[in-house]
Amino acid sequence: MKEELIISGRMNPYVDPTLNIWHWQIPLYLFLGGLAAGILVFAALSYIRGREEAHPWAVKKVPFLAPVLLVAGLACLFFDLNHKLFFWRLYTTVKLQSPMSWGAWVLLVVTPLSIVWSALHIREFFPNWDWKYTWLKEAEKFANKYKLALAWVMLIYSVILGVYTGILFSAFNARPLWNTSILGPLFLASGLSAGAAAIVMFTRSKEERAYFARVDLIIIGIELFLITHMFMGFMASTQVQIEAANLFLGGPYTAPFWIFVVFLGLVVPAILDVLELFDYHVPAIVPSLLVLAGSLMLRFLISFAGQESRYLY
Amino acid sequence: MRYAMAIDTKKCVGCSDCVVACQTENNVPIGYCRDWIVEETNGTYPQLELELRSERCNHCANAPCVRCCPTGASHIVDGGIVLVTHNDCIGCGACIASCPYDARYPHPDGYVDKCTFCFHRVQKGQKPACVEVCPTKCLYFGDLDDANSEVSVILKKRKFKTLIPEAGTDPQLYFLI
Repeated sequence: MKEELIISGRMNPYVDPTLNIWHWQIPLYLFLGGLAAGILVFAALSYIRGREEAHPWAVKKVPFLAPVLLVAGLACLFFDLNHKLFFWRLYTTVKLQSPMSWGAWVLLVVTPLSIVWSALHIREFFPNWDWKYTWLKEAEKFANKYKLALAWVMLIYSVILGVYTGILFSAFNARPLWNTSILGPLFLASGLSAGAAAIVMFTRSKEERAYFARVDLIIIGIELFLITHMFMGFMASTQVQIEAANLFLGGPYTAPFWIFVVFLGLVVPAILDVLELFDYHVPAIVPSLLVLAGSLMLRFLISFAGQESRYLY
Repeated sequence: MRYAMAIDTKKCVGCSDCVVACQTENNVPIGYCRDWIVEETNGTYPQLELELRSERCNHCANAPCVRCCPTGASHIVDGGIVLVTHNDCIGCGACIASCPYDARYPHPDGYVDKCTFCFHRVQKGQKPACVEVCPTKCLYFGDLDDANSEVSVILKKRKFKTLIPEAGTDPQLYFLI
């Protein structure tokens, strides 16, 4: 038997007895960022594929949520900082090896892009909108002229944003649960799924709803595959990763993960989407809210459980 | 230049003098510590084997905290000592999450804090406070690149281990066993 004790009584706040440095802010931000990324990806994709008329809500209206979500997410990030007045230090350097650094820079690109995209479609909500100043009108003309290029840039940066929400965690080799590169694609898929769910929830077009419900169904399938893959990887890995996986396989996170994330957040909405395919009428808000809640829950559970997984003691 | 520390687990009695010396020398806020003592017990009574370790930041050669830091506040200075520039630190906690030894903590003033190998003393040619006060002289500090330094000499003579080398951080605390 082996027992290790810190006999000098180390009890550093937020570090002992288990790491507790990130609270609600980081997972909430990851959810908001992932959702915004999903919405922007579909807006850009539908526009690039010339589906502007077929998917009017995805391209023109739902993207109005993105800047709101991103700014709320940035506020969460700011609340998370312990040394808040120095936050601008993020933008005095580029650290390629630090996901947090390039994530901060990506946000600096994506947030204005989402605002520009929304501004281009402001007449969807205010048909008589007038930009008043000539330079703003000129700017609108310019952006409209290069809208396709804008869509491509937005697509690429929002995919990076979606992946980054997962990579942020997987860069930490000290926390075995996070230290898997599957988190990148998993969080991207979860963000895309949430984005599709948001479109399904808001759209008033029947065809668009049916289309994005199918898209969501495919992404949910991919998510289930990635989650299975993640646990297979853990179970075939070292002892620390087996113990990390056990937090979800019998440990304290088992019930919330399998009930709220996998069953209610993935399996049930998938079944409802399939029912919809066979012409049973399901209120769109039900699968959408379930997907959104599951996506939020996934971030919270991975964030909290990851902080409990460790090498030491 | 490669500063490192060797800790003689056979000589350490776990008195915690190093912890108190550090807190005093570095003005560590009450309730926090930059170094600590681990007591590892192996076996079942009466066949017990005890190991005492004075632990702190490992000043890793491949430091994950420096890699994860988004502002460059965590950095490595000449001699391989890992330091945090307080006014570059935004207190995001990435380095705290990245440390497999949990050697860092958020200082009540906002920035992240940790063992500095007493850089301010080392610069003047003195030893870190913990090494200086150790009553059993079980801590050795010095330059690994200098074959005659205290730490190089003892590491040549004795068997040693490092903590969780499998985390891939190349830690620079050597525990003599």
